[in-house]
Amino acid sequence: MRLWIGGGATAFLAGLALIAAWWTPYPVGTIAIAERFQPPSAEHLLGTDHYGRDIVSMLMAGASTSLGVAALAVAIGVAFGVPLGLLAASGGRWVDAVVMRSADLAFAFPALIVAVILTTLLGASAMNAAIAVGIFNVPVFARLAAAGGRRVLALDFIDAARLSGKGRARIALEHVAPNIAPVVLTQAATQFAIAILAEAGLSYVGLGAQPPTVSWGRMLNEAQTMIAIAPQLAVWPGLAIVAAVLAITTFAEGLRARLDPRFARAVVVD
Amino acid sequence: MARRLLLSLALAFATTISAIAAPVDRPLIIGMRLEPPHLDPTAGAAAAIDEVLYANVFEGLTRIDAEGHVVPGLATDWEFGDDGLSLTLTLRDGVTFHDGKPFNADVAKFSLDRARAPGAENAQPQLFAAIESVAAPDPTTLVIHLSRPDADLPYSLAWGDAVMVHPDSAETNKQTPVGTGPFRFERWRRGDRIVLVRNDDYWGEAAKLPRVEFAFVGDPTVALAALMAGDINAFPSFGAPETLPVIAADPRFTVKSGTTEGETIMAINSRRPPLDQLAVRQALARAVDRQALVDGAMYGTATPIGAPMPPHDPAYIDLTGVNAYDPASAKALLAEAGVENLKLTLSLPPTSYARRSGEIIASELREVGIDVTLEPVEWAEWLSRIFRGKDYDLTIVAHTEPSDIGIYGRPDYYFHVDDPRLTEILDALDVETDPAARIELLQEAQRRIADNAVNVFLFQLPKSGVWDARLVGMWENSPIQANDVTGVYWSK
Repeated sequence: MRLWIGGGATAFLAGLALIAAWWTPYPVGTIAIAERFQPPSAEHLLGTDHYGRDIVSMLMAGASTSLGVAALAVAIGVAFGVPLGLLAASGGRWVDAVVMRSADLAFAFPALIVAVILTTLLGASAMNAAIAVGIFNVPVFARLAAAGGRRVLALDFIDAARLSGKGRARIALEHVAPNIAPVVLTQAATQFAIAILAEAGLSYVGLGAQPPTVSWGRMLNEAQTMIAIAPQLAVWPGLAIVAAVLAITTFAEGLRARLDPRFARAVVVD
Repeated sequence: MARRLLLSLALAFATTISAIAAPVDRPLIIGMRLEPPHLDPTAGAAAAIDEVLYANVFEGLTRIDAEGHVVPGLATDWEFGDDGLSLTLTLRDGVTFHDGKPFNADVAKFSLDRARAPGAENAQPQLFAAIESVAAPDPTTLVIHLSRPDADLPYSLAWGDAVMVHPDSAETNKQTPVGTGPFRFERWRRGDRIVLVRNDDYWGEAAKLPRVEFAFVGDPTVALAALMAGDINAFPSFGAPETLPVIAADPRFTVKSGTTEGETIMAINSRRPPLDQLAVRQALARAVDRQALVDGAMYGTATPIGAPMPPHDPAYIDLTGVNAYDPASAKALLAEAGVENLKLTLSLPPTSYARRSGEIIASELREVGIDVTLEPVEWAEWLSRIFRGKDYDLTIVAHTEPSDIGIYGRPDYYFHVDDPRLTEILDALDVETDPAARIELLQEAQRRIADNAVNVFLFQLPKSGVWDARLVGMWENSPIQANDVTGVYWSK
């Protein structure tokens, strides 16, 4: 049930974000001061912001940025973290120790600190925010893959594979990876929700998306000094962030219930 | 119990007495939008340097007061020679620098000679252009010999760029400023704040505040939060004009809308093709809706301008009609000039007026077919790369020096005006002493600058000051770039 509700809401969000990449009801790059602070109406369902831009269009464009950044951040985490974790699980004691202690070290730096360092070096942008959150994700997936990998490697069929002459790398790729995929997928959904929050946070403090890139976090930041004249400007992006995180978290929970071996039947063997 | 009550009563009585007897000994924390690149007012164009140090730490021979008048500083009086070719100043006796070294005519001569030396770092060489030589016949007399009459000299000597520095500390003032003022420099936590403390050996009336801190807050959201929380007591120039009505309704704060000498412009690097073409610059000017900026970025608190002259100046003429908002004509001008797919970068320093105006202008320029990339830059980078390095297409900034139209006569200035006739007019202005003739020249210069669309002139920066209602003596206007807190005190 949770899988379907969360999945449906996530798909709706992703659909909006995809559409916004090509089309929004009104252009978000055009400022029309004469039309600012309009109340909701038939033309502008949620009204207009302090630059006269349509809020629905802004939220759609913000979804594009948010989901884009989150997708890139999770992709970076999976692409680097999972191979590292598999290496640690199957590479012997020393490799394991080096990889896992490095992961612990990387964990010591919160995403925000990584982002501050990165933006100082490379300048603030949505892309660099994605990279920063991505770096934060690498040890998460490395640990997950290592723990899952060790569990799989202790099973009998791995010994069978070894006896049939398969090397460590082949075993990791052909037997371990498919077996930890469900756990990685579930974690990816969770990290996706966290990444959306992180992007909003970074953009809010000015380290993420820069104008003219639209971002929910930036919308919130700009709304803050206008809270007395137009409080709705802070409400909509705030609700959007809550809705997005809730949808994806629900989806992740549903996935976990369905896929995680700790919740479901025994490990799938090939 | 009875003893404790008695004790607290006595204490309460004692505090009441001291409250009447002495001014409130509370430090003042002032919020500023930009951090100075260094702390030597004689070696930099950044207004933030003067806004921390002018009158507070460094003093000149003369000074500008809150009304914009020239008043005595380290010179008690001054007199022009009969031919107008010399100025004799009587200097104050018994003045010492913060390190204990004495101030005298030799030090004054050193300061002026250093400021006007060829190749000096001084940002305003025109202030000293008429000076031929400086003599110090005795410790309290300074004679300035002029190559031509310069009636403005006492005013020029009041600028931050002409403050008195000691030969022994002149080279290290950038990090540890040593002046003669009522406050001495204590420390500078880069990126955060500069702390000044009262100079108890001051030659004049001592400052009433024990300590003044200048905290740097660029983000208007953070500024508002810091004000509301009491972390910052005063913003001489507040970056979020949309919040002013809310702050004004709060009895804890005073809101004052004053004037500044800050003409906010979108500077054009006219050495970069195709910005060297008049038609392209005109197109830029006509694509920008000044009223939209005044409303959208400044919430109606600013006045649109059409030339680099503040509306409260007697020589001001309204030239906003010369290249008024007309996107159709902007497009036509670009087509006529054969410029297509123009891509420009608009660099934005971290002030909210620049960032907000930039977003609006970028959208307006896109409407006429110019593709604008917004580039946020830190203030230090703006000063080094854009202002000194002249590496930019377009940038938004306010020029807050008083009577600074002279910069349009300097072809090496960062917007590269190359107009010999304009330089001629502004050179004539330097030597003209008749007020009516000066106004005529100033107006001719304004017209010429507007006609040539040298820059896009946006609006006069307001001084929207916000401070704790218990503060007395804060400047309401900015006749010079300064936050002179020498007379400021807490009423309770």
